[in-house]
Amino acid sequence: MDLTIFIVKSIIILAVFGISLLIATYSTYVERKVAAFMQDRIGPDRAGPWGLLQPIADAGKMFFKEDFIPAQASKWLFILGPALAMLTALMSSAVIPFGDTIRFDNYEIPVQGIEINIGVLYIFGVVSLGVYGVMVGGWASNNKFSLLGAIRAASQNISYEVALGLSIIAILMMSGSLSVRAIVEQQAEAGFLGWNVFTQPLGFIIFLTCSFAECNRTPFDLPECETELVGGYHTEYSSMKLGFYLFAEYINMFVSSAFISSLYFGGYHYPFMEQISNALTNSLGSVTGHNVATAIGTVVFFGKIFFFIFFFMWVRWTVPRFRYDQLMNLGWKILIPLSVLNIIVSASGLLFNGMKYASWLIVIVATVLAVMSNSRAPKGQVSPQRS
Amino acid sequence: MQLTNRSKQVSNKEMTLAEKMYLPAITKGLGITLKHFFLKKATKPYPDVKTYLGPVFRGHHVLKRDEQGRERCTACGLCAVACPAEAISMVAAERTKGQETLYREEKYAAVYEINMLRCIFCGLCEEACPKQAIYLRHDRFVPVFSDRDEVIYGKDKLVEKSDDRYVRTNPNVQVTPTEPSLSRSVS
Repeated sequence: MDLTIFIVKSIIILAVFGISLLIATYSTYVERKVAAFMQDRIGPDRAGPWGLLQPIADAGKMFFKEDFIPAQASKWLFILGPALAMLTALMSSAVIPFGDTIRFDNYEIPVQGIEINIGVLYIFGVVSLGVYGVMVGGWASNNKFSLLGAIRAASQNISYEVALGLSIIAILMMSGSLSVRAIVEQQAEAGFLGWNVFTQPLGFIIFLTCSFAECNRTPFDLPECETELVGGYHTEYSSMKLGFYLFAEYINMFVSSAFISSLYFGGYHYPFMEQISNALTNSLGSVTGHNVATAIGTVVFFGKIFFFIFFFMWVRWTVPRFRYDQLMNLGWKILIPLSVLNIIVSASGLLFNGMKYASWLIVIVATVLAVMSNSRAPKGQVSPQRS
Repeated sequence: MQLTNRSKQVSNKEMTLAEKMYLPAITKGLGITLKHFFLKKATKPYPDVKTYLGPVFRGHHVLKRDEQGRERCTACGLCAVACPAEAISMVAAERTKGQETLYREEKYAAVYEINMLRCIFCGLCEEACPKQAIYLRHDRFVPVFSDRDEVIYGKDKLVEKSDDRYVRTNPNVQVTPTEPSLSRSVS
């Protein structure tokens, strides 16, 4: 590989690394602010203007806490746990296409860590490795609550990974490729109404739900539910090891937001991208114009990511945590059959006349059934419960 | 017992399909939380913004002076008798010639001490005083102390400063008069 390409690639990789750390840092602040606003509070506002230095204060606190390792814990695994969680969280952002291409001299370099033709598989693999961090940490703590939390995390991830994988098969059938960039480009070609969220509404809902579960976010944060399991898998952790676990969660949130945006919301594509890009290349020349267009696309992509990060928090402060049996019922009895049905319907749509919008059929039928069942339900017969 | 009229009867009836899908309910919930996101916040950033406690709040004690700046207290001891916490103690002294501009009555309090650890801020001293000499101001708290030596407040802290007179019915005071400058008399 050429040296210049190597240098540009390294810069892009370092930038992605730095940005994901920065976003994860400020997600903690935003999470607290969003939580406060939704509960009619003000939230942290003492450190710096509007509390903007709060994450730094938090990190400082984490570093100065006692780094405690329980006497009966398996020491090396105890240290390995958070390191593994952090490592896998950071690895997964490598294949996300953050923008189109950067052009200079006669090179054309995609704004992406690495472009591989099995990007989706890569992300799935790395994300499922992520649960090992939780498992190892919870198990090595030698604590019943931690172990329970770790087991919950493992079974939850296994259950929801199935539905997660099945829900995007319909997309893979349409794009014919496992590369995330190819999926984004296919949506960009199809235009705004060709975004996969419009062709695959059901798949999107299933994927979104499952990614909440994969990130261990509320309503699926059973591995760390403090009401039942003290702190879940990180009960025994303190200092920056705990910080790593929390940090890994926020990086995971960022990566899944990026993944959702690129799979279902057209990635760096936005309406009238072609026209704007053409106008820019005409007025600024094919090099500068192209790079400016790429930058706009990247900004749009980050806008989508921020929206989804906000959505994660929004749902967290809206929906209460599921019970464990409800979680398993939802995963195995509802999401998996629905995603199989989704595959069949969209596949037959594609097979018969290339209809991409076949999956709307399920949505329409479900809506009609729901409305019918609602109107047929007995009204005003609420018998009071005696306690 | 009904506390509010917002209570809802719960029931164990079979859920309809629309309810089993959760999505309509979740969307409704998201709407509610988003509405609260933009609502006015209930919290006040306390040390910066202080709530108006009302004209009858009982805070820091003050020994009043009269219109000519003379101390009103005559050391009768009725406040000490009325005090349920026995926080007040005083030593009386007789006014000598030439002190007429300092003390209103012929007898005055040479020492007047309130133990702020004992005081319960009931305001009975204020009611007992026949000379309208002691008041609990509505605009100032007794500050936190970190040392037992600071606990007993003598005349240096209690007697009203001539340039910082306390008026409870100051018409200018309507908002957050915990700021001392707002409660000064107009004169």
